[in-house]
Amino acid sequence: MKTLNFEDLIQFRKKAQADLNVRELSYAAVSEKSCGLAVGTEHIELLCCGGTGCKASSSAKIVENLKAAIEANGIAGKVDVIVTGCFGFCEKGPIVKVMPDNTFYTQVKPEDADEIVKEHVIGGRRVERLLYVDPKTQEHVSDSKHMDFYRKQKRVALRNCGFIDPENIAEYIARDGYAALSNALQNQTPEEVIDIIKKAGLRGRGGAGFPTGMKWGFARNYQAEHKYVVCNADEGDPGAFMDRSIMEGDPHSVIEAMALCGYCIGANEGLIYIRAEYPLAVHRLKIAIEQARQYGMLGKRIMGSEFDFDIEIRYGAGAFVCGEETALIHSMEGKRGEPTLKPPFPAESGYMGYPTNVNNVETLANVPIILTKGADWFASIGTEKSKGTKVFALAGKINNVGLIEVPMGTTLREIIYDIGGGVKNGKKFKAVQTGGPSGGCLTEKHLDIPIDYESLGAAGSMMGSGGMIVMDEDDCMVSVAKFYLEFTVGESCGKCTPCRIGNKRMLEILTRITEGKGTMDDIEHLKSLAATIKDTALCGLGQTSPNPVLSTIDNFYDEYVEHVKQHTCRAKQCKALLTYTVNPDKCKGCGACARNCPADAIMGDVRKPHVINPFKCIRCGMCQSRCRFDAIQIF
Amino acid sequence: MAKAKEMKLACNVIEQVEAICDKHGNKPGELINILHEAQSLHGYLPEEMQRIIARKLNIPASKVYGVVTFYSFFTMTPKGKHPISVCLGTACYVRGSEKLLEEIKRILNIEVGETTPDGKFSLDCLRCVGACGLAPVVTIGEKVYGRLQPKDVQKILEEVDN
Repeated sequence: MKTLNFEDLIQFRKKAQADLNVRELSYAAVSEKSCGLAVGTEHIELLCCGGTGCKASSSAKIVENLKAAIEANGIAGKVDVIVTGCFGFCEKGPIVKVMPDNTFYTQVKPEDADEIVKEHVIGGRRVERLLYVDPKTQEHVSDSKHMDFYRKQKRVALRNCGFIDPENIAEYIARDGYAALSNALQNQTPEEVIDIIKKAGLRGRGGAGFPTGMKWGFARNYQAEHKYVVCNADEGDPGAFMDRSIMEGDPHSVIEAMALCGYCIGANEGLIYIRAEYPLAVHRLKIAIEQARQYGMLGKRIMGSEFDFDIEIRYGAGAFVCGEETALIHSMEGKRGEPTLKPPFPAESGYMGYPTNVNNVETLANVPIILTKGADWFASIGTEKSKGTKVFALAGKINNVGLIEVPMGTTLREIIYDIGGGVKNGKKFKAVQTGGPSGGCLTEKHLDIPIDYESLGAAGSMMGSGGMIVMDEDDCMVSVAKFYLEFTVGESCGKCTPCRIGNKRMLEILTRITEGKGTMDDIEHLKSLAATIKDTALCGLGQTSPNPVLSTIDNFYDEYVEHVKQHTCRAKQCKALLTYTVNPDKCKGCGACARNCPADAIMGDVRKPHVINPFKCIRCGMCQSRCRFDAIQIF
Repeated sequence: MAKAKEMKLACNVIEQVEAICDKHGNKPGELINILHEAQSLHGYLPEEMQRIIARKLNIPASKVYGVVTFYSFFTMTPKGKHPISVCLGTACYVRGSEKLLEEIKRILNIEVGETTPDGKFSLDCLRCVGACGLAPVVTIGEKVYGRLQPKDVQKILEEVDN
């Protein structure tokens, strides 16, 4: 097709908006009436989540079955099945949404497709058993707007995820896509655009929170033959998946923002550095880039202007340290991803020695909407120093696992209890870990602090990329600290001594403590080692790696002391400190434990209580998982 | 390394690897992209293949080896027919993925990074596939298994094997 110029884009958008009306209107005014072809609805859309999480639960098969059922019932012209990005409510996935009545079906199975089509689409009767049940009232809730999970959320970076078909550029354009780029190219100077981003107060969402407008300004100031815009999509923080969801659900927002950045800093080349572990995101990005080229949103003379910009994809190969911008740049150059000392900052000398601006995916996804809605609108959301919203990946021992977006300044309590629905299985809340391997564990006493970059830092953690893992009374905090340190030791690039050797020594000490061989001096050694590593490591990974250890020592000192002095682990996670026994009152003598014990440590006669030989027991827990009478006790 | 030395690559594999290097203009900057393609062609990156790539790109073999061993995605040992990856991301970890790992190790009698002698299964860990709603998660080949308990492992491995 012919590429679009500024005027064509406006016309194209009008037509695309008309096509998207079924969805837009249902969002604006939720119809409580039952809905279906029977009551005269002319066009129905079935939105099906095609994110990685739901795909793992066979959402592709659901789409296939829905299409087949529509075909079989002869209503193909009136009903469309649309694969969207992530809806966020992963706990209840796979999700199917019916428009225009906005019905939200949860945990749909491929075999439910037929019923949804026959009952709902044709008959106009909702399939009650697939609706969300409010855990407080036990009532069915048919519409996401009335679910606690969504009520306190504000979707800015995720505005199009779960709403549009990410493989169709027309739907992005209908949602004011490429309007910011078109306006900037026609009516704004690069300085004016940078000023708007500065005024909006957007800060880097990758972790450190550096002001984005200022970063663009630095890159603009250096003159060179080539300049580069890099999108950091190397989301390595275990338990965080917002960047992946944005690329899967709304790839054009990232592309548009990169082109805008290129216009501002004077770059004509963009590079997306993405993890090879994200095949679906890569696939959607490739389609989006190709479509953007076809429509003239990328390439030579964008929309008929004088500005050229194109994007290439570069693959990571599994190295956490490559999230650090200098390491990322080395990796893109085909080298080991080792960080280098700053300055020079990438803005001066980055990819191949040329000025380079690196932003993460979520940061970029905020850019187009800031420019269309204005700096004041964005700055009105959030706290004094942290503007806008933040996406968090809520996971762990929480009822509503999923991807959420809230205004900065929302409290942890609101996130965990209102949105997250509280701790799983009615257990007691113990800690929430934010900031991944660079962050820390926050406790009950931190629940009411408003979340922003500063307050999380002051509480001994950090914003990080937005992983938020909830832990309950069954989690041992010494083991959690050890878990993160194992990660850092495994991912340390080995370039600087404090990180390579210091973290290894810390891990050895923590391992000793979890095996009941630690001393009180060990705890002090941990603290002093941590302080040294923080002060002397070369890059962000090393400097922040002791945080999980320090924050658990600060907040759970008693647990460390128990491991050292009493050789006990209250969460019953540290294997070496556990004793397995059989409760003779509960044991029926069925022998299931003895048969399955890999160490032959259990003896006893049939129908008589069995006994575990503590010297042979390897504490694998097999007996407990096989016992049907709950007779295995752990001390 | 010793094992890899004994193996000889088939002529057509060598030609294909050389073609990959040519396609990328034999530029040292393209090393990671070349390694990605070579690994997806052959399944792993034995020493001999690294030497071929080094020669084509006119860089020391030590540099190629340095890059291969730096990134966890690249492997120098062949994977099993059914590569198993246990997610040890934080969400899966707190929901018990370590116990799944122990159980798989016990049943298959291999350690992380190893392949069973019959070549059927290989075992690895990974950090977050982003299906945290299904934690704990194990992937076998392309398929994702969610909400697993140690007692489910035996059955799944038997299913896959058949």
